[in-house]
Amino acid sequence: MTLMTEPRLDDPDLLFETLVDAHLDLDTEASRKLDACIVLLLANHIGCVETVRQAVRMARSIVVARKP
Amino acid sequence: MQSTYTSPRYAYRPTSDAGARHPVIVVGGGMVGLTVALDLAQRGHRVVVLDDDDTVSVGSRAICFAKRTLEIYGRLGLGAKALAKGVTWNVGKVFFQDRKVYEFNLLPDPGHEYPAFVNLQQYYIEQWLVEACGDTGKVDIRWRNRVVGVANDPDSVAIEVETPDGRHTLHVDWLLACDGARSFVRDSLGLPFVGKVFRDRFLIADVVMKADFPAERWFWFDPPFHRGGSVLLHRQADDVYRIDFQLGWDADPEAEKDPARVTARVREMLGPDKPFELEWVSVYTFRCRRLERFRHGRTLFLGDSAHQVSPFGARGGNGGAQDADNLAWKLAAILDGEAPETLIDSYDAERIPAADENILNSTRSTDFITPKNAAAKAYRDAVLDLAEHHAFARPLVNSGRLSRPATLHGSPLNTADADLWEGGVPPGAPAIDAPLRGGWLLRELRHDFSLLLFGDISDFPEVALAGPRIVWVPLDAVEAMRRYAATRGCVVLIRPDQHVAARWRHFDVTAIRTARDRVLGHADIAA
Repeated sequence: MTLMTEPRLDDPDLLFETLVDAHLDLDTEASRKLDACIVLLLANHIGCVETVRQAVRMARSIVVARKP
Repeated sequence: MQSTYTSPRYAYRPTSDAGARHPVIVVGGGMVGLTVALDLAQRGHRVVVLDDDDTVSVGSRAICFAKRTLEIYGRLGLGAKALAKGVTWNVGKVFFQDRKVYEFNLLPDPGHEYPAFVNLQQYYIEQWLVEACGDTGKVDIRWRNRVVGVANDPDSVAIEVETPDGRHTLHVDWLLACDGARSFVRDSLGLPFVGKVFRDRFLIADVVMKADFPAERWFWFDPPFHRGGSVLLHRQADDVYRIDFQLGWDADPEAEKDPARVTARVREMLGPDKPFELEWVSVYTFRCRRLERFRHGRTLFLGDSAHQVSPFGARGGNGGAQDADNLAWKLAAILDGEAPETLIDSYDAERIPAADENILNSTRSTDFITPKNAAAKAYRDAVLDLAEHHAFARPLVNSGRLSRPATLHGSPLNTADADLWEGGVPPGAPAIDAPLRGGWLLRELRHDFSLLLFGDISDFPEVALAGPRIVWVPLDAVEAMRRYAATRGCVVLIRPDQHVAARWRHFDVTAIRTARDRVLGHADIAA
């Protein structure tokens, strides 16, 4: 399954708000763990490790390129 | 400290054959060296074993004997002893902090002679191997004989041996280096042994106690009695329990071995009222590494001298036993003149991928158990928390992927399926056990080439021409039929190490002969 990167979300603002709000009362360690839980749940939902690997590569190319 | 077992002391005997040439010399009379020596001897070959000590392993060391290893020891005549003395287990439980998050059963399918695992201290296996080698009358174990020099010439290997009576030289056609992770033979040939070191330390404590822990593998991440670290508990024979504490990289290995300190850790785990005695204590750092090749001319490396893994998954001793199992029949066939010397190259072709599989699995386990940074720890803890409530996360929990037999995918000795098979045991896989005639299928295979014939003599009119020993599987042996995905008239060719070489849905004498020749290295397998 090829990673889809065209716009697909039905409510982008709600998604962003949901992700950010989930961290509001958490310290750094709990925050990291929350993100990890979300990634693992979504990865299982996708069900294809290769698709997740494409997302990891794409995300890294953005983060590593922008690193000061 | 050791109270449940007294190590035998074997007598040194002065050497009377200085300068002699032997067909096979094994360096290192440990578990792997003695296993390959016994296998060769049972195939009719004389073997000299050189060991720099005069006893068996000190401490329990390799304790988890996997089903495949038990089957190999079964073939060598030690399986029943291991079953009787050892602790059989199939279930593993994983705990995170104060709760159980995951449980697995490694052998839910009945109808096998051996269970998924038997826990047994390594010294028992070594002692029985020494005795069994003696029974063959073909193994000359030379205690307190230390190899101090190796000249690996193309036609034969010369070794310098140091004994209490001085030094002498021996010559050998095939040198089997089974001298462990710190192999002298490997170092003296200047062979690089590369891989990775894990920045962590583990305390291994064997304690003797009357406890009510079931015969299961229990693994804790971050338990209340050892915060921040992991703990592994295994039950062994003689009421000995193996407890493995993760200490972290900054721990002082000498201070951690102090019996008072170890006792305090164990008491914290078991509670203040539980009596126990320390049997053996050791502090380890783990490595995963291997030689680039296991064959170097006439010198072959087996076990830890060839490859080293972290212990999570019990892939060290079990990997070494499979090395011995893979090499012995090949060497015997060459010595008997049945196979060309090039057959030995298939040892590399088959055991290097197996070693890589063991290294990959044990590296991943160690990376799960010892997270490298805060992000890795977050993922690890997220998996453990999710696993308690959600089945999808349980396969992600990695407290050790326990040793599985190597399937020799892509081996040049395999004959690929020409017929259609749905499941069953493909070429390269070890033969699977099943009940047969009130006994066991694997027992009937023994250590020669065998043909499994499914049906009876009326289904195989040309059977007299087959060549290898026949093992009939009647159609009412339903488990065997199912496990091999067989129907009436099917044929499976089994190698001397009980791996499947080829299979057919119909009997064909020419195909069987060609496949057998291929196993013996007569086919052009250079590609």
